[in-house]
Amino acid sequence: MFDTLSDRLTSVLSDLRGKGRLSETDIDSTCREIRIALLEADVALPVVRAFVKQVKERARGAEVSEALNPAQQVVKIVNEELVAILGGETRRLRLAKTPPTVIMLAGLQGSGKTTLAGKLAHWLRGQGHTPMLAACDLQRPNAVNQLQIVGERAGVEVFAPEPGNGVGDPVDVARRAVADARSRQYDVLVVDTAGRLGVDEELMRQAADIRDAVSPDEILFVLDAMVGQDAVTTAEAFRDGVGFSGVVLTKLDGDARGGAALSVREVTGQPILFASNGEKLDEFDVFHPDRMASRILGMGDVLTLIEQA
Amino acid sequence: GRSRSTLGQGLLGLLGAGDLDEDSWEEVEDTLLMADLGSSTTQEIVAKLRERIASRGVRTPEQARELLREVLVESLGPDMERSVRALAHDGRPAVVLIAGVNGTGKTTTTGKLARVLVAGGYVVLLGAADTFRAAAAEQLATWGERAGAETVRGKEGADPASVAFDAVRRGTESGVDAVLLDTAGRLHTKTGLMDELGKVKRVVERQADVDEVLLVLDATTGQNGLTQARVFREVVDVTGVVLTKLDGTAKGGIVFQVQRELGVPVKLVGLGEGPDDLAPFEPEAFVDALLR
Ligand SMILES: Nc1nc2c(ncn2[C@@H]2O[C@H](COP(=O)(O)OP(=O)(O)OP(=O)(O)O)[C@@H](O)[C@H]2O)c(=O)[nH]1
Ligand SMILES: Nc1nc2c(ncn2[C@@H]2O[C@H](COP(=O)(O)OP(=O)(O)OP(=O)(O)O)[C@@H](O)[C@H]2O)c(=O)[nH]1
Ligand SMILES: [Mg+2]
Ligand SMILES: [Mg+2]
Repeated sequence: MFDTLSDRLTSVLSDLRGKGRLSETDIDSTCREIRIALLEADVALPVVRAFVKQVKERARGAEVSEALNPAQQVVKIVNEELVAILGGETRRLRLAKTPPTVIMLAGLQGSGKTTLAGKLAHWLRGQGHTPMLAACDLQRPNAVNQLQIVGERAGVEVFAPEPGNGVGDPVDVARRAVADARSRQYDVLVVDTAGRLGVDEELMRQAADIRDAVSPDEILFVLDAMVGQDAVTTAEAFRDGVGFSGVVLTKLDGDARGGAALSVREVTGQPILFASNGEKLDEFDVFHPDRMASRILGMGDVLTLIEQA
Repeated sequence: GRSRSTLGQGLLGLLGAGDLDEDSWEEVEDTLLMADLGSSTTQEIVAKLRERIASRGVRTPEQARELLREVLVESLGPDMERSVRALAHDGRPAVVLIAGVNGTGKTTTTGKLARVLVAGGYVVLLGAADTFRAAAAEQLATWGERAGAETVRGKEGADPASVAFDAVRRGTESGVDAVLLDTAGRLHTKTGLMDELGKVKRVVERQADVDEVLLVLDATTGQNGLTQARVFREVVDVTGVVLTKLDGTAKGGIVFQVQRELGVPVKLVGLGEGPDDLAPFEPEAFVDALLR
């Protein structure tokens, strides 16, 4: 078994090297390897299909290159397409004209929302903002305490009037948090919410109610980079259930290839804004499409190969 | 999700006299890929199904579907021993260690397991060996209160091995039936944290056997789940897998590879956030949900 696309392609490269043109067979065999590599990277199947089709079309029409052998040419195309999809219009966080800017976090259970709330606060402070966190997960045991500790570590205020563990109304807390932030002149409010499944209609409605109560400037869909084929279904459920304006990929400090990045970007069209890569406050970065592209396909080596060609 | 009838209709095409309809095969393949079985496992299952359809003289889509189900259930090792060793033996409590990457549901599973045991009339002690994550010990203690189990905690930032050791010592002294040790989430790529987990187990083993090491895998996990399982097995010798969040749309198909490569069975499944949402893993029911 080959682990990465570069391994896979090295095995088909030997046959292709030196042919100098892209025959239909060359394209097919290379695309087969790309398909498998994308699936191994957890890119969702419908996205893999559309992507490979697109690559094939471009490869067919590609100029014959002196410098690159056929497989390398296909890989170059793959990389460009990946970066294009992942990057699109990378944009900065949308800030409200009249503060406070409200950023609502939503996602599946355990995806990293509460941790992200702390990271965002820490990062925003570094940018000269005065953020506040709102504890609107009143469900999961000790989610409120967790956010309080996270806020303390980040050195920011946490609005947590309800104890949680089933006590309190998250919609009400969210509404009061905005008023509180406004009156005390915090310029960004980050709203932490409970984890919920796409199929949980009741909780999805609650998320929509929180949204309606605070009119967020950004709703960030927080997604674990280890997620597999379910990424599409879940992203669609959150898009339809609450809507989101950006994506944050978490746990990128692991070795998952993170194909979900491609799936979610392609299916929802929403940009990936941030990457979370550790449990600590500062293990957080704006999203880099090019790094993600190489990561998904394990293409670092392939790109070097191309450069050397 | 894919409806039962869609797959059923597709399977019609598999039935021509050896004249296979590629679209139908693709549909079977899609079902498996979308359930996170991974491309090589999918290929194997499809190959087996092809063989069996050819050799069995299958006539109806129902029969073809039944064969697919059969091949899938077989691949899950339906005869594997799946009981959880969580009861006192040789005059000492059972010790269960719960481990996995971040956010999979370890603490919740620990709480649910305590609830099952307490409801069965057993005395359970929880050990909060996650001294790292914000409010992790409080979360476990809340679960303990719900379940009717006491929780042994250390200070924030305390050595998790010493908290675990303490919990097992206290459990042994007071003669409880089981000590359940919740550990911090850690990515398998972090060698320092994996060493720490290995140490937790070794330190506990100075006074008692660890009867069960449960690896908690999130059903939404894709192909990385296999890598997680490999590394955790190496470090703490996993004896069972808990597959959580099966109440969502994810199918959890990574366990096909995990079970086969590790030879370690899935023992429990998590079906929600509530205290009673823990169930034994049943290969047939799992496969039915996967094909639904
Ligand atoms: N390694 C790593 N761990 C992370 C990252 N982000 C979050 N975590 C960990 O993942 C686990 C879950 O994170 P939380 O922030 O509690 O996730 P959540 O989405 O708020 O979870 P719920 O509120 O239960 O839905 C914790 O152990 C975090 O420390 C990351 O980028 N890398
Ligand atoms: N829907 C659903 N949610 C679950 C299930 N098991 C756990 N959860 C939720 O997943 C989130 C994370 O659960 P935890 O038990 O805190 O996970 P953990 O592995 O202990 O997390 P860390 O200690 O931070 O690594 C919480 O919101 C739980 O309520 C399950 O079977 N189904
Ligand atoms: Mg949370
Ligand atoms: Mg935990």
